[in-house]
Amino acid sequence: MSFIHTLVNGEQESFKPATLTPMQKMILRFVVVGLVYYGFAVVEGMIMRLYEITPIPTVPTQQFFAIMTAHPLVGIFGSTYAIVFGTFLFLVPFLMKKPLWSIPLANWTCGLLAVGTFTFWFAGFLSEYAPLYTLYWPLPADFTQFSLWGGTFFIVGIALVMVGTVLFVVNIFKTISYTPSGWAKQPAGALIASALGLSGLQAFFSKNKKEHLVSLPVAAIARGTVDTALNAGIILFTGVLILVYMVAALLGHDLRHSAVDALLYKNWFWWGLDLIADGLVLIFVAGTWYLLATLITGKKLYMENFARAALFVELVVSWTVWSHHLMSDQAQPGILKTVSGEMVTAFELITQGLAFFITLVTLWSARPLKMTHPLKFLLGGLLGFALAVPAGIMQADLGLNRILHNTQWIIGPHVHVAVLVGLTMTLYSAIYLLFPIVTNGAKLYSEKLAVFHFWAHLLGGIGMGAFMGMAGLQGMLRRSLYVHGEFNGYMILAALSGALLLFAFLAFFFNIVMSLGLKGVLAIFTPSALDTKDPLPAN
Amino acid sequence: MVDSSIVLWGQTLAYTFYVLAIMALMGWFAWRVTQPGESRDAKPALFYSFVAFLVVVGVSLHFITYYTIPWKPMDMHRATITPDKVFNISVASHTFTLPSEKLLVSCDDKVLFNVTSGDLTYGFGLFRNDHSMLFQMQVVPGHKNDLLWQFDKPGVYTIRSTEYSGPAGVNMTLKDVVVVSCGKS
Repeated sequence: MSFIHTLVNGEQESFKPATLTPMQKMILRFVVVGLVYYGFAVVEGMIMRLYEITPIPTVPTQQFFAIMTAHPLVGIFGSTYAIVFGTFLFLVPFLMKKPLWSIPLANWTCGLLAVGTFTFWFAGFLSEYAPLYTLYWPLPADFTQFSLWGGTFFIVGIALVMVGTVLFVVNIFKTISYTPSGWAKQPAGALIASALGLSGLQAFFSKNKKEHLVSLPVAAIARGTVDTALNAGIILFTGVLILVYMVAALLGHDLRHSAVDALLYKNWFWWGLDLIADGLVLIFVAGTWYLLATLITGKKLYMENFARAALFVELVVSWTVWSHHLMSDQAQPGILKTVSGEMVTAFELITQGLAFFITLVTLWSARPLKMTHPLKFLLGGLLGFALAVPAGIMQADLGLNRILHNTQWIIGPHVHVAVLVGLTMTLYSAIYLLFPIVTNGAKLYSEKLAVFHFWAHLLGGIGMGAFMGMAGLQGMLRRSLYVHGEFNGYMILAALSGALLLFAFLAFFFNIVMSLGLKGVLAIFTPSALDTKDPLPAN
Repeated sequence: MVDSSIVLWGQTLAYTFYVLAIMALMGWFAWRVTQPGESRDAKPALFYSFVAFLVVVGVSLHFITYYTIPWKPMDMHRATITPDKVFNISVASHTFTLPSEKLLVSCDDKVLFNVTSGDLTYGFGLFRNDHSMLFQMQVVPGHKNDLLWQFDKPGVYTIRSTEYSGPAGVNMTLKDVVVVSCGKS
């Protein structure tokens, strides 16, 4: 078969979009959107890596920081949220063996994530709005440095993403608790209590042990979704606050910045941001590890009840851990720095360490296993968090934070290794595992490209994090520019590692497009011919 | 006082050792899990031992640093320590304003850097000539931002903002403005 034929029709024409259910089309749309925005984030990342070696003449400094502002938001909301939301909107009904509460609402979530991300990305690109994702007050409302209109559209884009997020939250909890038409009445309250861990907590203090009503992966999704909801509330509220200042300025009124306490705002915003970084990401990832381990091995999860309890602990930890971001803020109360910043943060080593251990033991119990793509990416994801979590615990120490805060150490070995190696490789594992299921058996175009994808991504991700970390230990700041080549040795090596990540993504994207064919990719966005709410076709 | 470069060296060593060990472990696991072998369920005792190990590691890190990194207890108790010297520094419109052209420090003096911001959130850090960091703190508008530090060897340091305050703040650097001298040096 010719290259062009395969490009148009897919590998051996094995992908038949006409056989897809609305649910399959829904998850595939999310994945396509997520992968496209992952591509945005990788290209942006490469631009920044090159800029850190030497400023690119055609990119003004303000545009560099505008890219730095959009980059994590595109990565988190446009890519990760899209892939995770789509996967979970498919998996919750699939695992509970009941229809999704609303497929149209799921498609709205996908559309709002796609449009919202493009809106804030484009607004940032055009206007060079660059207060960074941390939005430290009053920087986002500093209209002497940033465009008022650009900022307004930027915030509107974020708000659209958050509205889509709220719709996802509603859909997940309604799916867990509702009674589908023609079914016997479902115990909505008990299902929610089981999903959130309340019934498990009650059973812990009771002799009367009951079976859990929802499976462990669904419980993980529900608990992570709590943090997703709280985070959406915080970001929406903050967006409205910033918009008030913007609209007032547009109407010719200059509101006093000091009306908002900068430290209180920082606490508020970090509490919300940490619901992502130290909340839903860790909970969703742990739940995904458990699901992948049981699907790969076909065995029961090792110490399942403890795994369930650890997810509950992680949820509570995620609400009380934010102060490790304010350890260099001298006005922050010492008790918050010590208890929330140091001690509670240490619990993340415990909860994530347990998830790591439980997953490995479950895999070990089923050996010999075949080294499939899902298994190797799962091991990569586990390694990513095994590297990144201790790096984070070290910086969440009052002594070490004094010499690490805002250096490349934070963003390299901790953030990028956690996100690129830990989280993204876990997502790739799920994608490789679900690919034949959600495409009704479409064949992968190239096994060799998938192997290249794995090694290039793993080495690129770890390498980039490592070289950034080495620069950080030598004093290189994040969110800054060094125009005299002070750290060029490390930055060149980090850029080469970044290029590996880019090639890994291109190989994966090409492999998926060649597997589905361009016709197949386009057909994902047309309505399904099947009138069913089931995740998979009847035959 | 132990120099921060020594602490960073120790951290580099410890983390590098850990990284090599965990990568070796995962490599071994990936190979071994594909090999034939007896599939036994792990005993719960192994799990509980691992939990205890994580608890000990997580908590002990902070106690160890409290007793080995001298600026940590000094920072936590700085309100009760009388500094030998105080430098009041202000920042506004992306510019540091120092009390004098050079900040002169004698060895072993406990120096309080008291930095206030008139507009945005900034950072305040001291850097050696090789660009490595001595220390830093955040400078939040409307709040007290003070940091106590004891210098125990001669040196010349550059002040640099360690927090992003917009593109205009990229060059917030005052080169070689903190001078520490010991005895006749």
